[in-house]
Amino acid sequence: MSAPNKSYDPVEVEALKPEVVEQARDEAIAAFAAAGSLDELKQAKVAHFGDRSPLALANREIGALPPHAKAAAGKLIGQARGAVNQALAKRQAELEAERDARVLVEEAVDVTLPFDRAPRGARHPLTTLAERIEDTFVAMGYQVAEGPEVEAEWLNFDALNLGPDHPARSMQDTFFVQAPDGSADSGVVLRTQTSPVQARTMLDREPPVYVVCPGRVYRTDELDATHTPVFRQVEGLAVDEGITFADLKGTIEVLVEKLIGGGLELRWRPSYFPFTEPSAEIDLQCFVCRGESVGNPDRPCRTCSSEGWIELGGCGVVNPRVLVACGVDPNRYSGFAFGLGLERILMNRHNVADMRDMVEGDVRFTLPFGMEI
Amino acid sequence: MRVPLSWLREYVDLPAGETGRDVAERLVRAGLEVETVEQIGTDLKGPLVVGEVLSIEELSGFKKPIRHCFVNVGDANGTGEPQEIVCGATNFQVGDKVVVVLPGAVLPGPFPIAARKTYGHTSAGMICSARELGMGDDHAGIIVLPPEYEPGTDAIELLQLVDEVLDIAVTPDRGYCLSLRGVAREAAAAYGLPLADPALLDVPPANSFGYLVKVTDPAGCDRFVARTVIGVDPNAKSPIWLQRRLQKAGIRPISLTVDITNYVMLEVGQPLHAYDKQRVDGPITVRRAQEGETLTTLDGVERKLAAEDLLICDNSGPIGLAGVMGGASTEILDPAAGPGTTEVIIEAAHFDAVSVARTAKRHKLPSEASKRFERGVDPEAARAAAQRAVDLLVLIAGGTAEAGVTDIAAPHPVRTITISADLPDRVAGTAYGRETVTRRLQEIGCSVAGADVLEVTPPTWRPDLTDPYDLAEEVIRLEGYDNVPARMPNVPPGKGLTEAQRVHRRLGVALAGAGYVEVNNYPFLGEAAFEALGLEPEDRRRRTVKLVNPLNDEEPSLRTTLLPGLLGALRRNIGRGNTDLAIFETGTVFLPKDERTVAPRPAVDHRPSDEELAELDAALPDQPRRVAVALAGERLPSGWWGKGDQASWADAIEAARTVARAAGVELTVRQGQLAPWHPGRCAELVVTGTDRVVGHAGELHPRVVKALGLPARTAAMELDIDLLTADGAERVNGPAVSGFPVATQDVALIVDTAVPAAEVEDALRSGAGELLEAIRLFDVFTGEQVGEGKKSLAYALRFRAADRTLTADEASAAREAAVAEAVARTGAVLRGA
Repeated sequence: MSAPNKSYDPVEVEALKPEVVEQARDEAIAAFAAAGSLDELKQAKVAHFGDRSPLALANREIGALPPHAKAAAGKLIGQARGAVNQALAKRQAELEAERDARVLVEEAVDVTLPFDRAPRGARHPLTTLAERIEDTFVAMGYQVAEGPEVEAEWLNFDALNLGPDHPARSMQDTFFVQAPDGSADSGVVLRTQTSPVQARTMLDREPPVYVVCPGRVYRTDELDATHTPVFRQVEGLAVDEGITFADLKGTIEVLVEKLIGGGLELRWRPSYFPFTEPSAEIDLQCFVCRGESVGNPDRPCRTCSSEGWIELGGCGVVNPRVLVACGVDPNRYSGFAFGLGLERILMNRHNVADMRDMVEGDVRFTLPFGMEI
Repeated sequence: MRVPLSWLREYVDLPAGETGRDVAERLVRAGLEVETVEQIGTDLKGPLVVGEVLSIEELSGFKKPIRHCFVNVGDANGTGEPQEIVCGATNFQVGDKVVVVLPGAVLPGPFPIAARKTYGHTSAGMICSARELGMGDDHAGIIVLPPEYEPGTDAIELLQLVDEVLDIAVTPDRGYCLSLRGVAREAAAAYGLPLADPALLDVPPANSFGYLVKVTDPAGCDRFVARTVIGVDPNAKSPIWLQRRLQKAGIRPISLTVDITNYVMLEVGQPLHAYDKQRVDGPITVRRAQEGETLTTLDGVERKLAAEDLLICDNSGPIGLAGVMGGASTEILDPAAGPGTTEVIIEAAHFDAVSVARTAKRHKLPSEASKRFERGVDPEAARAAAQRAVDLLVLIAGGTAEAGVTDIAAPHPVRTITISADLPDRVAGTAYGRETVTRRLQEIGCSVAGADVLEVTPPTWRPDLTDPYDLAEEVIRLEGYDNVPARMPNVPPGKGLTEAQRVHRRLGVALAGAGYVEVNNYPFLGEAAFEALGLEPEDRRRRTVKLVNPLNDEEPSLRTTLLPGLLGALRRNIGRGNTDLAIFETGTVFLPKDERTVAPRPAVDHRPSDEELAELDAALPDQPRRVAVALAGERLPSGWWGKGDQASWADAIEAARTVARAAGVELTVRQGQLAPWHPGRCAELVVTGTDRVVGHAGELHPRVVKALGLPARTAAMELDIDLLTADGAERVNGPAVSGFPVATQDVALIVDTAVPAAEVEDALRSGAGELLEAIRLFDVFTGEQVGEGKKSLAYALRFRAADRTLTADEASAAREAAVAEAVARTGAVLRGA
């Protein structure tokens, strides 16, 4: 080995001879390639690329060379070291990949193990159905209005053109609240409909009024598969200048399309409600059988009882008497109102066969509905 | 109203191929609610024929009388030989005409008929009862036909066994559709066909020698027509066609005279009453009842009359509740029980709708008559209806119409409605034009005059048409709702949901996200619920709003707490095998005001005053919105990952925090005591920074758990959402996040068991000062090492400064200040010190 500062001819420096450098290079590359593990590669690296490796030693010799020879020698060593370094990195990557693959295999688990530690919750489908309907109307610019469930008779009946002797009062079997003296003459009832919220809204604010009123209502029915004494309605009310039956139809059509889907026929049946005139019942073409079960005993339809139509709810143009009782000028304003029964919509939209399931609070019924419907 | 299609066709010449369903569809679109179209006799198959009983042999030795008969069925059996039939009925004799079903036929059921051996003889067919033929419930015996029918005649046709019946739910505004006449009018309009009005009869004018009637209350009774028929054959039976029509319409045939009055009522819509003339004592008077009067009605019930009841009376006193039900004393007599009625007074009157409705309601006596009067009867139909009944009594019962015609009529003002011809256009939002409006109004029986402004006189059978909008509705419905265009109103920009509505949604989402399932319970409860909860007698929650007519007498009250319903749902679920449960409910409770008042009933012809509206609200109970949860079983399930966690008091409190967080409100928890919670495991929930208690949470009292049959350690929470959110949520200011490193220090303090952890934490927090970023209790320990009556609370404190890296000394100083405050406030001792 040459000592520094000695004057000599570079070509005579053994370690810097091209064939020697090339050999050291090739040996290093071969050693790396032969390393079968990261440990072996580490040893090979020390031997062939460490501080005491032939190439490192050769590199040191460069400093002692006369200036004119340094460049050539530097280039020679530099190229060799570059090649070795590249080979080392390549092999390092290969071996690491192999190791990682092996470790990952060893760490594999059965991901099909059931993991249901976080308890699942859900909101009641009637709640989320009401919200969906609210949202549809809020998007149109409506507001959501609410009112009390224990309500003044005047607001539940009288203000809605249902006078004390109106036959329609017996249509709705009403829960009456006891008066302070225990009699029935409290003037207070469990509301039989969400319509008193309409009246409250009109009494409360100046037109234009565009509101939807979701809520629980009460009638003295016994609970069975298709009736419940406590049920939910969503009421809608629009009072503005120039509101017509046509506006009502357009609005309901939008609601149905958002709620159920498009392409279904609606049937508008004249009906009677004291608070609207004209009044209509809205029937939706059965979206299961599309009417094909009618008169066809071979294809009965459970959803519409083979009637071909599903009752959605009642609606109409607000009776001017209602406007008067609520302080709205019927010569300037007109309105429409509608009321939908949520239980029935839920039954139809989600194939619920028995209304009792909506009442009893069995978590198995509610869970599949999740957070929204 | 049940309308047989075959009967309807008598007044409207409907197209021959039109089925009941087709007609129903048209009527539905015109506004009649056809609920069902009943198919009668579709599964019936002949041969079903008239037979003549030739011989009867009574068989003995059986448990019941059995007859072995030979019946002449003409050529219907193919041989003309007498048909051998064994029969269990005994209400016929030799020579009677009966209805025979022959082998090969199928009776409703379906019940196929074949010859078979029975009681030692061959029975080749059956002699039929009404019920076997689907004609009604009468199973008293077999049908004995009038003698005039030939043996072998097809009885399916004869008995009109195949038909369709439209069952129509008549809305209160359409009283006139409680008759064939009214339904036929709608059908005629729907098909554009002429109507053969059954009330268009020749009626002799009123005269002075009719039965004497005095009306003292013309407001209650503005029309009273009386006719008399004598020489009625009491034994005359209702002909088959009459019986069949009544049966199909849902009315049981009783006797000829009564059947005729019912028939005419169904046909014309005018309720009639028939009196046995010989049992009526003197002139008839129509008047209000006097206090203390009684009347035994046709149903045999003696009724105490109220002064408002309108009565039909004779010299003996009341003989009928006007428009509701007749009295027993003048009832038509059945010849089976003595001499039958031979002289009849027919009453066709018009009574005030409200008066009839109140009387029917007062006596809980809804009748076919009252149903019609309440909804409005055509006062002009009275004469025709009486005439029709007289004609039928003469024709069928062999009676003689007396010449006297009583007709008392209070003057009727002509009701004219002024309507702008374009009102229907403006209501519907489409253009019908004046001609269409006029034509449609005429179609329903109105007379119309005028051009741009119409003077409309509605027909007498439409008392519901009182204002221009009523008329507009008629035009729009007859033109078809389907033909009204659809349009969207121009809604002004909306404001979206209110903050309260958003909070309400958020807390539902938050609880569901935390694993709670929402339930909705009825708000009804009774004393038993409060007992089970262990409420003290003076507990405010026992003061309830009560119902006059609860569904269940045991549960007359409205809830003052959500817990009974929620715990009931919990138990129901457990009973069904769902053991690990977390459920929630939101809803109103009903809290009576201290001052209870009666709600006024302001007039409806103008807006009530603000005072009146305030009085309305004052009469209502407070109805705050609550949220409650209940938990039982495992909150976090055990599994292959290890042990789970039992639901506990702490979960209930966490649920309250979940709700509060969703509402943007901070809750402070204090030790509380309230039924139905465990006295040592009850948290009082207070809005932080206030003294406002908004609810409670914790484990239920063991006694309550036992009383309700719930699992041990069942936990619950209930809080008032309105109280919780009373201040509204504060707007959050974005925190300045420090980039400097954190310094963590732990501290363990020993305090008396009774010291609430929340107080220790509060003290540490305030002692530590601004540098404290977070504090977390990571261990609670009791045991020998800390001494009896003591507990050790271990906290991790995280310190950080906004502007520099804290030195160890700074962090330690802050920690020491925190400990010093805890020592001072709670008597804590630093553990290991």
